[in-house]
Amino acid sequence: MATKASRSAARLMMAPAVILLLGWMLVPLCMTLYFSFKKYLPLRGGDLGWVGFDNYVRFFSSSAFWPSVIATLVIVGGVLAITVVFGILLAILLDQPMWGQGIVRILVIAPFFVMPTVSALVWKNMFMDPVNGLFAHLWKFFGAAPIEWLSQASMTSIVIIVAWQWLPFATLILLTAIQSLDSEQLEAAEMDGAPPLSRFGYITLPHLNRAITVVVLIQTIFLLSIFAEIFVTTQGSFGTKTLTYLIYQRVLESQNVGLGSAGGIFAVILANIVAIFLMRIVGKNLDA
Amino acid sequence: MGQITLQQVTKNFGDVQVIPPLDLTIEDGEFTVFVGPSGCGKSTLLRLIAGLEDITSGTILIDGADATAISPAKRGLAMVFQSYALYPHMSVRKNIAFPMRMAGVDKAEQDRRIEQAATALNLTDYLDRRPGQLSGGQRQRVAIGRAIVREPAAFLFDEPLSNLDAALRVGMRLEISELHKRLETTMVYVTHDQVEAMTMADKIVVLRAGNIEQVGSPLDLYRTPRNVFVAGFIGSPKMNLIEGPEAARHDAHTIGVRPEHIDVVETDGQWQGRVGVAEHLGSDTFFHVHDTGLAEMLTVRVAGEVNLRHGDTIHLNPRADQIHRFDDKGLRIQ
Repeated sequence: MATKASRSAARLMMAPAVILLLGWMLVPLCMTLYFSFKKYLPLRGGDLGWVGFDNYVRFFSSSAFWPSVIATLVIVGGVLAITVVFGILLAILLDQPMWGQGIVRILVIAPFFVMPTVSALVWKNMFMDPVNGLFAHLWKFFGAAPIEWLSQASMTSIVIIVAWQWLPFATLILLTAIQSLDSEQLEAAEMDGAPPLSRFGYITLPHLNRAITVVVLIQTIFLLSIFAEIFVTTQGSFGTKTLTYLIYQRVLESQNVGLGSAGGIFAVILANIVAIFLMRIVGKNLDA
Repeated sequence: MGQITLQQVTKNFGDVQVIPPLDLTIEDGEFTVFVGPSGCGKSTLLRLIAGLEDITSGTILIDGADATAISPAKRGLAMVFQSYALYPHMSVRKNIAFPMRMAGVDKAEQDRRIEQAATALNLTDYLDRRPGQLSGGQRQRVAIGRAIVREPAAFLFDEPLSNLDAALRVGMRLEISELHKRLETTMVYVTHDQVEAMTMADKIVVLRAGNIEQVGSPLDLYRTPRNVFVAGFIGSPKMNLIEGPEAARHDAHTIGVRPEHIDVVETDGQWQGRVGVAEHLGSDTFFHVHDTGLAEMLTVRVAGEVNLRHGDTIHLNPRADQIHRFDDKGLRIQ
């Protein structure tokens, strides 16, 4: 990219991709903004004109708003905690030389290839069903009364299902990070008298900092908008109504596009707040 | 104290024996260099002493006590790695403090030793930087500093200078030698560079395929190499090794003459040849001589500048008292 000609050629060639991406992002965002200021009820009269900030006030002051924000954050936080902690442990385990390493690694990654809807259905019917589920059988085997997972421990259930899907992703990223750790550093620490736990704490964990940051940031983006898992399991009942699900209900179940759009803008704001916090906490790891 | 004794030590990786039974004693305060070509097992041997690899059989004694089953940390040895192995997320100060922190040395004592090491190694201005902000030579000094503060029974160096450029390497070589004179601690140093071995060592251990070929002071090895391998390995440029009728004239299978022990004469040399490549270093000139009637190309060192060019005819006389003779097994004939 040295000469003027090559620079302008580069811009020209990047243009289609940039324009496509901008359009992809801007058109829906602008439409959402547009609808959020309208009273728009498709089955009850259609476009009923501008209403200013009415939709925002109604969405914000509805009794379902704060619980949905909290549910979203609990799911994001819970899944992040589980995937990072178990991801590190699994990555360390998979880093050990063992027989059949290649196969085991592929098997560990497998859940990531299962569609969210499918995996949620499998969990719901095969594991968490209070009559036929494997967990129910396990509980009965030990003489305990089976838990009705999706109604009694709805939040835990959703977090478990989503964490199961995202664990492979975390493991994979953390495994590559662990493999890039210079073994001489660990040996030096061993010579310096650090027992295994200290070696993990002082050498391995700091080395993983950046990978953990990447895992947390990427997962947060996707976890803020999980939908299928809730749709096929609890349908938003038993306190599992996330912001995404609430918007879905406003738009499709109540047929109120304007109100849902206002919720969509709130979701964008929430995502930005979370992003700012995350960048403050873990983002500095990316600079070094 | 820091005497290290290896008794019948062997090491296998799977079915491959990389160190056949080996005996060696490293005396207290001695600067011992393990030297040999790549893959000769010198680094493995050092790692066995450090305890980073388990030995397959045999015994390692440190100061007379059996250390074979003792963990690396408890052997009282400090190691400097080829990659320096500094902890990238810690400042220089924390890097140097790490072994003391692990050993539970109290804070004041830690600071005192860090100050001392930093002064000795010229690191005082860099204590709060990260390793990533330092040059290669400085990183090397931090690694040495981290080793010094432990006050170990012996230092182990694993090719510590191979990542430095030539000028820095000469400087660090001096610094490590001076450090040894000052601390008078046992040092074991692994290198493939025979110049490093010759300049630094009290005792050189020449290794080939896990076997000790010869142990001795640098000049011992230079004057009386025990076999053809040591003769060819020690000395720069390499000793000329000549086989065939010329060797038979000296009742040997192979004879060896160092480049510096061949004189260039005007006429009537014992050997006459054609100059190939001439390397003019200023202080010395190295000639590669072809077509001498010998199967091998000869290397000749002449002091100072000599006006001979590619293709010129050259007359050579080896010094008779500096010819090394070896039998058909490659062993020296006295």
